[in-house]
Amino acid sequence: MSTQTTGRPDVHRPQRPEEEAPVSQPPAPRRRDPLPYALLVPAVLALALALGYPLVRQLVLSFQEFGLAQQFGRPPEWVGMDNYRALLTDAYLWRVTARTIVFCLVNAALTMLLGVGLALVMRSMSRGVRLLAQTGLLLAWAMPVVASLTVWQWLFDTQYGVVNYLLTQLGADYEGHGWLLRPLSFFFVATVVVVWMSVPFVAFTVYAALTQLPEELEEAAEIDGATAWQRLTSIILPTIRPVLLVVALLQVIWDLRVFTQIYILQEAGGSARDTNLLGTYIYRLGIGGGDFGTSAAVAVFMLALTVVLTAPYVRAMLRQERQA
Amino acid sequence: MPRTPSRPVRWSANAVGVVAFVLAAFPVYWMVNSSFLDRNQIRNPVPTWVPFGGDLDNFRTVFETDQFLSAMRTSLVVTGLTLVVALTFAFVAAVAVSRFRFRGRVPFIVTLLVIQMIPAEGLFISQYKMLEAADLLNTVVGLTLVYVAGVLPFTIWTLRGFVEGVPYELEEAAMMDGCTRTQAFFRVTFPLLAPGLVATGVFGFIQAWNEFTLALVVMTREDHRTLPLWLSTFTDVNRGTDWGGIMAGSTLIAVPVIVFFLLVQGRMASGLTSGAVKG
Repeated sequence: MSTQTTGRPDVHRPQRPEEEAPVSQPPAPRRRDPLPYALLVPAVLALALALGYPLVRQLVLSFQEFGLAQQFGRPPEWVGMDNYRALLTDAYLWRVTARTIVFCLVNAALTMLLGVGLALVMRSMSRGVRLLAQTGLLLAWAMPVVASLTVWQWLFDTQYGVVNYLLTQLGADYEGHGWLLRPLSFFFVATVVVVWMSVPFVAFTVYAALTQLPEELEEAAEIDGATAWQRLTSIILPTIRPVLLVVALLQVIWDLRVFTQIYILQEAGGSARDTNLLGTYIYRLGIGGGDFGTSAAVAVFMLALTVVLTAPYVRAMLRQERQA
Repeated sequence: MPRTPSRPVRWSANAVGVVAFVLAAFPVYWMVNSSFLDRNQIRNPVPTWVPFGGDLDNFRTVFETDQFLSAMRTSLVVTGLTLVVALTFAFVAAVAVSRFRFRGRVPFIVTLLVIQMIPAEGLFISQYKMLEAADLLNTVVGLTLVYVAGVLPFTIWTLRGFVEGVPYELEEAAMMDGCTRTQAFFRVTFPLLAPGLVATGVFGFIQAWNEFTLALVVMTREDHRTLPLWLSTFTDVNRGTDWGGIMAGSTLIAVPVIVFFLLVQGRMASGLTSGAVKG
């Protein structure tokens, strides 16, 4: 769902190209049957109204001057590329963009490492322990995003937080440490929250893919004297590559647009200017500051960035589909 | 797993499993635990690990704030409406895509996938302007509209998997026996879809129930907040003073979601793959 920071689009996608018909094939239309089109009308209308129209509107808006005067009824002025020019020469936008990309890549990489690692280790656990680990992961996965943010804030609380208490017990000087005050430490907390919420999805999906591996392959490799590392890099990972690609793509998309975590932590005491990522920057420019033209331009920029960052993955996925 | 790992391997894997469990589950435990602690236990530099001697005062505090009940109402109405509309729209669309072959079918499916990749954060400025122009800010209708569009692609995709999981031959057989195409669908396929519809519905419910960003954008007035908005500002107003109350609020919002999620999780995974060809 595109309105969801923890949305879980489908990754168990049937791995088949679209052209291939399912086993039981409904009849090809004898004549121009209007029925399927009629059935699609409500969904298409809703999507066009709530997503399609805003998308066009936003492109238009990004070429207009739309500030406080326009909020009070003055018609918006066409300013051509001015919003973009102003933005692209604004050092702050580039700072926020760099921050967003770094945050996204660090979080996506950590999530993938921990998730895939955990899925691999799960194969060697005893049944009971595996169930225990999976129960824990399901709990973290099922937590509503805002609730998990309040809990993590409470865990990292300056005065009574468990994290400061434990670190102090271990002999570090963390009594009354304010975690959200400095940008780096702020992003550390945000990363902990994001990774904690995202790992279960990766671990479960990759583990499901691992259980599909044909046993003979690994046995044969073992008989041939392959080490565990060789089995991993030359058999296991290549075999589950399609799944890894989809999951990594989703992580990049989700971590690029992270909003809720950053916004709530900012409200809880982070300095917004030093910790804005693209999503919160758009919000604070437009809805917070009333400068809709510029914020629409940033939003268009963000969409373009999503396309650029995900293009290599999408290409690789398409290649996989064609080979399938 | 076929190969039994050697003892040291199994032992270290189990150690990792236990650590993973603790790290994943502890925050959830801590939320529930803290919600029962009294003021002195919360405001104590030494944490109380188990809620002995706790009480229900924090929950009482939450229920006595009028904002909580009004937020609960708003959340229930918006998620309920979103669910009914989105499921209906998605269901007919899923039937069209999985039971008919027509021109434009593949482009429609590809469009659904592309929409999944559009970040909501990249659109909310213009959605806000649109709703403002239509006088729909701070209305249930306005928020429901953007929610429906948000859950539709995923819901269509999932339901399509469930419909394709029911072999078309069953409908054909019914038509041989004299049913019309529509009758065949509703008498044969539809009853088999019920569990899938329920699971998809619960999933959609969870997504709308938890949603924060669009609610923040559309519901700017305090008396129109949804539960997640209320919870995030509950923190603000009390500036880290009433952690017990905040944890009680979080528990109230999270526990039903967790229960529902655990119930449908397995079915969703199976429904999503049931559309695949089983060769």
